[in-house]
Amino acid sequence: MTAPAIRRQRVGRSVTSRAADSIVRRLISLNGWAAIVILAAIFLFLAVNARRALEEVGFWVMSLGTEWYPTIPTPRFGFLPLLSGSVLVTATALVLCVPVSLAAAIFISEFAGGRVKEVTKSIIEFMAAIPSVVYGLIGIAVVVPWVRATFDTDSGLTALSGAIVLAFMIAPTIVSISEDALHAVPNSLRQGSLALGNTRWETTYKVVVPSASSGILAAVMLGMGRAIGETMAVLMLTGNAAVIPDSLFDSVRTITGTIAAEMGNVVQGGLHQSVLFTLGLVLFSITFLINLVADLVLEKQRRRWQR
Amino acid sequence: MTESREQNVTGVFELENVSVTYGSEVAIAGVSMHIPPRAVTALIGPSGCGKSTLLRCLNRMNDEIGSAKVRGRITLDGADIYAKEMDPVELRTRVGQVFQKPNPFPMTIYDNVAYGPRTQGTRRRSELDEVVERSLKRAALWGEVKKDLKKHAFELSGGQQQRLCIARALATQPEVVLMDEPASSLDPISTQQVEDTIAELKEYVTIVIVTHNMQQAARISDLTAFMLRESMEEPAQLVEVGETRVMFTNPGDKRTEAYITGRFG
Repeated sequence: MTAPAIRRQRVGRSVTSRAADSIVRRLISLNGWAAIVILAAIFLFLAVNARRALEEVGFWVMSLGTEWYPTIPTPRFGFLPLLSGSVLVTATALVLCVPVSLAAAIFISEFAGGRVKEVTKSIIEFMAAIPSVVYGLIGIAVVVPWVRATFDTDSGLTALSGAIVLAFMIAPTIVSISEDALHAVPNSLRQGSLALGNTRWETTYKVVVPSASSGILAAVMLGMGRAIGETMAVLMLTGNAAVIPDSLFDSVRTITGTIAAEMGNVVQGGLHQSVLFTLGLVLFSITFLINLVADLVLEKQRRRWQR
Repeated sequence: MTESREQNVTGVFELENVSVTYGSEVAIAGVSMHIPPRAVTALIGPSGCGKSTLLRCLNRMNDEIGSAKVRGRITLDGADIYAKEMDPVELRTRVGQVFQKPNPFPMTIYDNVAYGPRTQGTRRRSELDEVVERSLKRAALWGEVKKDLKKHAFELSGGQQQRLCIARALATQPEVVLMDEPASSLDPISTQQVEDTIAELKEYVTIVIVTHNMQQAARISDLTAFMLRESMEEPAQLVEVGETRVMFTNPGDKRTEAYITGRFG
């Protein structure tokens, strides 16, 4: 006799909890879908505005063009000078930033004790909060004169100057995400390695860092995404010459810098404006791809620890 | 186990009045015991009685916990392991450890076992192959994995992973292997396999095993040490230590009897 009563009670409780459950689930999935819809809308918005340029100039003519003269009577809209500027500055920033950031992440995660850890972590978080214009100002005051004096260039406004400042700007991303990845390595692995007669350092580079490698890779990719998308500091520091650079000591102009500098001076609905939207579309696609790959890599790592 | 045999064999621990403190808290006090070579010594007792803490004293893994301090004297084959000239890193190649949960490294089976020897400087492939095979055989895993040593260690079952960890600990050719409840996360069949492995291992190494499970201690150990913390205010102590057979049939202390007959714990 008691069994049916209990069963009825359970059903009653599960009806309300099931309703609440389904409402919450719908709300959450709505949010998820909203993110996707917004992303698609951004892409669509860029594509619609880029349509005129894509029709009149053509995607490949723009993408493979080596000259950027948007305001002469027969304008040239070649993206390669801007693309190479972005790639050069980003790649140099990564080369400068990754080793130091990785070392910092390893120090914070594996070697720093309580107080030092807290202080370094908050300093790095603070670095992320500094507006990019401020980084640009510091760059103009410190980095540009240094580059001019050290490498004997004409102006000091070079790809290198931009890259140096950019390296500082993306360091917080790379440090904190790599630190998370290192921190996520189970302590049992460290113990296991120490118990086999390895020093802390051997344990770190033979077990902990390889175990966190995909997370570290994702950190670098996200830093790269940030570097490519960064506008203001780069615009202030690289000299803005839209020419394919020969070396780090040339002035360059990035995709983002071009959009920011020229968007204010174009005719509404004109061809030049449409080309700038196409540039935006290219930039969006690049950063989207980089983030996507980084996410896939992180997801792979997550699944590995679950096994 | 005669005196003369012990003299030729390495892997003998001697503990004199060992105590461990974490900050101001005394975890263990006044433990003195002899751990004979080529035998299985089990540390038993209820949770929180300091078994694992005592175990970690033997390979100085307590050093890795900042606030832990070990007093008293522990010698391995006559040498004080807490002496200044004793390098804890070197000590751990002589005193291996197997943990509660299997913790294989995220690499292949082969690389897991070869990890220790590589650290010690063994580079020759043939030598490594030999060590890997011997260690896996001793850990009773060779038959199951010899065909795919290149397989990722995470693809093994829990029991296989634990035997891999035993093989990994054996590969540095330690004199002693410490085991901290090595079967507690395993199913009965895997537990049985690990126990069988332990029984065979004592031919080569001294084994000190912490276990919750009294039947396990009775099955596999030669010597049993019973530890107890009578109240939270007092440090844990060694109640008695003796031959397992005697301990389980005719314990010398009332508290031991109460524990092994299941009256508490």
